[in-house]
Amino acid sequence: MEEKIRVLVAKPGLDGHDRGAKVLARALMEAGMEVIYSGIRRTPEQIAEVAVQEDVDVVMLSCLSGAHNTLFPRVVDLLRQKGGGDILVLGGGIIPEDDMPFLKEHGIQEVFYPGAPIKATIQYVRDNVHKEKHS
Amino acid sequence: MDEKERLAQIRSAGAAWQEKADKVSVGKTCKAYADCATVSGIDVKLLYTPEDVGEMDYMRDLGFPGEYPFTRGYQPTMYRGRLWTMRQYAGFATVEESNRRYKYLLGQGQTGLSIAFDLPTQLGLDADHPLADGEVGKVGVSVSSLADMEVLFDGIPLDQVSTSMTINAPAAVLLAMYIAVARRNGIGADKLNGTIQNDILKEYSARGTYIFPPTPSMRIINDIFAYCSKEVPNWNTISISGYHMREAGCTAVQEVAFTLADGIAYVDAAIKAGLNVDDFAQRLSFFFNAHNNLLEEVAKFRAARRMWARIMKERFQAQNPKSLMLRFHTQTAGSTLTSQQVDNNVVRVTLQALAAVLGGTQSLHTNSRDEALSLPTEESVRIALRTQQILGYESGVADTVDPLAGSYYVESLTNRIEKEAWKYIQKIDDLGGAVKAVENGYVQREIQNSAYAYQMSVESGERVVVGANKFQLLGKPLKNVTRIDSSLSSQRRAELEALKARRDNARVEHVLAGVKAAAGGTENLMPAIIGAVDAYATLGEICGVLRSVYGEYRPDASF
Repeated sequence: MEEKIRVLVAKPGLDGHDRGAKVLARALMEAGMEVIYSGIRRTPEQIAEVAVQEDVDVVMLSCLSGAHNTLFPRVVDLLRQKGGGDILVLGGGIIPEDDMPFLKEHGIQEVFYPGAPIKATIQYVRDNVHKEKHS
Repeated sequence: MDEKERLAQIRSAGAAWQEKADKVSVGKTCKAYADCATVSGIDVKLLYTPEDVGEMDYMRDLGFPGEYPFTRGYQPTMYRGRLWTMRQYAGFATVEESNRRYKYLLGQGQTGLSIAFDLPTQLGLDADHPLADGEVGKVGVSVSSLADMEVLFDGIPLDQVSTSMTINAPAAVLLAMYIAVARRNGIGADKLNGTIQNDILKEYSARGTYIFPPTPSMRIINDIFAYCSKEVPNWNTISISGYHMREAGCTAVQEVAFTLADGIAYVDAAIKAGLNVDDFAQRLSFFFNAHNNLLEEVAKFRAARRMWARIMKERFQAQNPKSLMLRFHTQTAGSTLTSQQVDNNVVRVTLQALAAVLGGTQSLHTNSRDEALSLPTEESVRIALRTQQILGYESGVADTVDPLAGSYYVESLTNRIEKEAWKYIQKIDDLGGAVKAVENGYVQREIQNSAYAYQMSVESGERVVVGANKFQLLGKPLKNVTRIDSSLSSQRRAELEALKARRDNARVEHVLAGVKAAAGGTENLMPAIIGAVDAYATLGEICGVLRSVYGEYRPDASF
């Protein structure tokens, strides 16, 4: 049997808007993935630590406060330092399109805009998750 | 013909009409009308008649505006006396920029200020704290000390404007700064008008900017109530907020129920702390969301007003009529804005604002069309304010009080929302009140379940979101977005360093020890906090002292 995809849905920074993160976490779980939700107000260090410890395949970062350019790349850097460089990192929240190239250059593989269909997001995870583990 | 015969006649004519309607409507344009429901899951019939409000007693259930139970409005003349306060939530980056924006908005005809603070400020952290990295000035203005507050309100006559501050866990500190700025300008605290949000319960259940655990948080709130009732009598000491729970996904019925349940908890706590209900209840204010379903929202506001009057009169035996009045601010629903075809949001906001006005709001913030993408541009903010002005000055809806009263549907829906909301309040009472219901996660779970159900209905296409899941356009979203300069962090660090070098640090240590003593004892905290801000102790230092006494709240994460 195929191993379940393990996902960490995480809220870096001080932003408390977690409606989207929670809805997404539940939808991923109902789609058959194993999901950990970090809760709000986590530091990039805490998120990277949990991701590596829990051996997740995907980290999905949500931020609606505008701090994404500072926080998302830091999570990627810390993952690399802690041996989680192969973890797929995705982002969502209130993120202007102009910021997307910057985030992609810094290791966030895809950024989802507000209102992006969950179905498409789940499909993206399935299609792009760390291939050697789940092929 | 008496009332009974009249209703019987309507009933039999109605049955005949129903038969005809069944034949023509089903399966055609009005798809499955038997299954139509509001967002709250209240079934909506094809037609409402006097039969649906047959039980209603005008004097008992509606009354006259400004009179119990205030269903028709809290004030006798409503908008004929004065339009609602047009109050746009604003503030970003530096105190200088925000000060300019407030003066601009006041110059454009806005009638009250509404201060947005950034997240470090809302969490009682100075701008130079490591956790503030990336967040300084992002969702509001960064305020770390009285020195910042002095610049923020520079040139604004604090005895002539009313100022609403969206601040919760550290509300006591920001209010203290406001009082201190006014004093330095020769304005006494008794001349100040405004509101602090100060509603910690909805921070635990929905908004997330809590610091301390519930018990000390409720104590701080009681201290503010007690202090203001004597020293700042025109200040709204709390804005009990359903807005954020609705944004987090709850329904209209849940919004009313959870907000009023929180209100009950605050009144309970204050009475237990020895306050007299009529000494503080008239300074309680409320804050609701205006969502998409126009008539359900109007009914929601009317139901909330009636329920609160009944709660204060019957449950708390308040005597002063002012203690029974639910006065509220409204903001249009941010979560309904789409990032696609942003101009459509102007129309959504117009309808939501209309609901708030038809529901009798006291003040209103209209969202800007581009807020699903970033902070709004100045042009977008102006359109949002103009929307209110068009409603107020051109549409005619402000000409008569509570114009939808007597609509069979609106009255029936008002009754239904009240009935369903009482069930939730009963449930929360059974759990031991709102504080307990939040601590054990009941409210959070209810909100999450509604949010998930709503999202699934959008995903399936059952709920249409124009431009997002239907009537889409291919193309790029709006490019012109407002962004905050990221060099702000270092500027703020330098400012704090300079402040700490020039202030009297021995005095700061002394006043902080005073805050610590008050926090650990039973004395009212406000005088000590005012003394501390006056000595330029920073927000982070004061909240740090409170953290050391009270600890921090750390809930389990669930979804």
